[in-house]
Amino acid sequence: MNFIVSKRRPAQPSLPDHPAPATPGTGRGLGLGLPVIALLAVLLVSVVLAIGLGPATISPADTTRYLWAALTGGTLPAGDLTGYQIIWEVRTPRVLLAVVIGAGLSVVGVTVQALVRNALADPFVLGVSSGASVGAVTVIVTGALGAFGIHALSAGAFAGALAASALVYLASYSRAGLTPLRLVLTGTAMAYGFQAVMSVLVYLAPDGEATHTVLFWMLGGLGAATWGSLPTVAVIVAAGTFLLHRHARTLDAMALGDETAASLGVDTAALRRTLFVLTSLMTGAMVAVSGAIGFVGLVMPHLVRILVGARHSRVLVLAPLVGGIFMVWADLVARTLVAPRELPLGVITALVGVPVFITLMRRKGYVFGGR
Amino acid sequence: MILRLDALGVERNGRALVRDLSLEVGAGQIVGLVGPNGSGKSTALRCVYRALAPTTGAVLLHDRDLTALTRRESARRIAALTQEGGSELDFTVAEIVALGRAPHLRGNQALGAREQELCRRAMTQLDVLHLADRGVLTLSGGERQRVLAARALVQEPEVLVLDEPTNHLDIRHQIELLTLLRASGLTVVIVLHDLNLAAAVCDRIGVLAEGALVAAGTPREVLTARLVRAVFGIDATVVPHPLTGDPQLLYSLGAPA
Repeated sequence: MNFIVSKRRPAQPSLPDHPAPATPGTGRGLGLGLPVIALLAVLLVSVVLAIGLGPATISPADTTRYLWAALTGGTLPAGDLTGYQIIWEVRTPRVLLAVVIGAGLSVVGVTVQALVRNALADPFVLGVSSGASVGAVTVIVTGALGAFGIHALSAGAFAGALAASALVYLASYSRAGLTPLRLVLTGTAMAYGFQAVMSVLVYLAPDGEATHTVLFWMLGGLGAATWGSLPTVAVIVAAGTFLLHRHARTLDAMALGDETAASLGVDTAALRRTLFVLTSLMTGAMVAVSGAIGFVGLVMPHLVRILVGARHSRVLVLAPLVGGIFMVWADLVARTLVAPRELPLGVITALVGVPVFITLMRRKGYVFGGR
Repeated sequence: MILRLDALGVERNGRALVRDLSLEVGAGQIVGLVGPNGSGKSTALRCVYRALAPTTGAVLLHDRDLTALTRRESARRIAALTQEGGSELDFTVAEIVALGRAPHLRGNQALGAREQELCRRAMTQLDVLHLADRGVLTLSGGERQRVLAARALVQEPEVLVLDEPTNHLDIRHQIELLTLLRASGLTVVIVLHDLNLAAAVCDRIGVLAEGALVAAGTPREVLTARLVRAVFGIDATVVPHPLTGDPQLLYSLGAPA
């Protein structure tokens, strides 16, 4: 049995003497601490500046003074009342909502791209936004949900978003679970269906309000921000981001393919269900207050990956910060450029973001899903 | 027996992909699965690394049904190199290799010093250490395959499952990978298309046809001209390897009609 012996002899594995990097993987392995602190600082400054800027510009010093008074319950001279009201009642909730929506759309974008394994996916690819529009328009046309008072529209949009998600889920579910391609195809097909329903509702509506609402939900905007609507969406986005981040390594594994993920101990079917539910809730909550603001959820994930690599444990921390900052400035431009009129926020996000993104993409030779 | 397929059956849409497959893999053995396209090799492997649940029968690890273990527990014992080509996202090579530790770590827990060393060693063994900081999407198919193999080794499994691992590899890296398997002492189940490589690397070979096991034994017992004719439908001359004595197949192209 000589040949068996010869097989068992461990042949010298040839080790070409390449100059080995000191510690492999440090290229993008720098700690998260510094970038997070820097981005938080930029975010804070952006928020204060954006609150002060607008048709009635209020200096950063006054802005800080008003905000401080509001937060600590201090007193202000009577002459400051108008300024204070603009700052605290109008702009602050709006800018904070911009942070929440920018952060949330970016996080959901990252997750949905991993969930459906598609670089072109964004938070609305699963039909959520058109479902929300149908919900909102239904409320206007039928006067349903009167019990919710001024929040009836948002409640209708949220219900529509969740109903759309449930439909997409049921329609794309199969024995093999939620397969990525099926999800995208079902979501896209459903979106067309919802748009048709919406068109009919608008067509049959007796007044112009429905048309206006549809436009708002399709283009998105933060004009409806109030202190009342902010907490719910903020809590949902924050909790969702936290939960998604806990799945970061599993998301990495899933990016290697379902088979490989399974061999690494990931229950891909269960994971997809969890991700689907979390992202649907987050998107639904966001669309209900801001409509479908495009582009951010598609491009921020790529932008952050270009800068720090693909690992979800990093991307899911930095994307919300970068997205929040971006949205604050985009909204500032939207409401000041042709003041007192407002430009649709989605127009600004696209006009500003597309060139930035394409420049970055070309510079770094970024690749996603193939060469 | 470390690993045993016990009357394994897989059905999909009323069609039997694997039928009544029983196979034993002893500690440290390398067992090959060969057979024509669509004969159920990959399907059987998928049951072992739990991408697929068997319809009937079971996969037993140390005489325990795999489904009695959590997926993470199985993944700590059984690693796989699948046919999937790598990644959708541009991870670095080092990041991909480090993912092999996923079943051993909680949540997003970072790799310890020993695990870093483990990754380094695996990358050295598979000749990809110099690529550690490269984006995986910029690599060639063969380089990527080696990265994924390193990732599987880092999992520190008892059993390593490989589905056509030599795909995309040039001949030198094919030989190196199979040599590494022999030297590793791991228990290995491997699907190979190249019967000569299978004969060289495997202690035992199982031959599948239409989902059923039609022969099993040492390469010498199994790889005969008659079996190759019956299962693959081709004529081959089987000669002993002049150095190792392993059966080697020589093919001649059919005469043009």
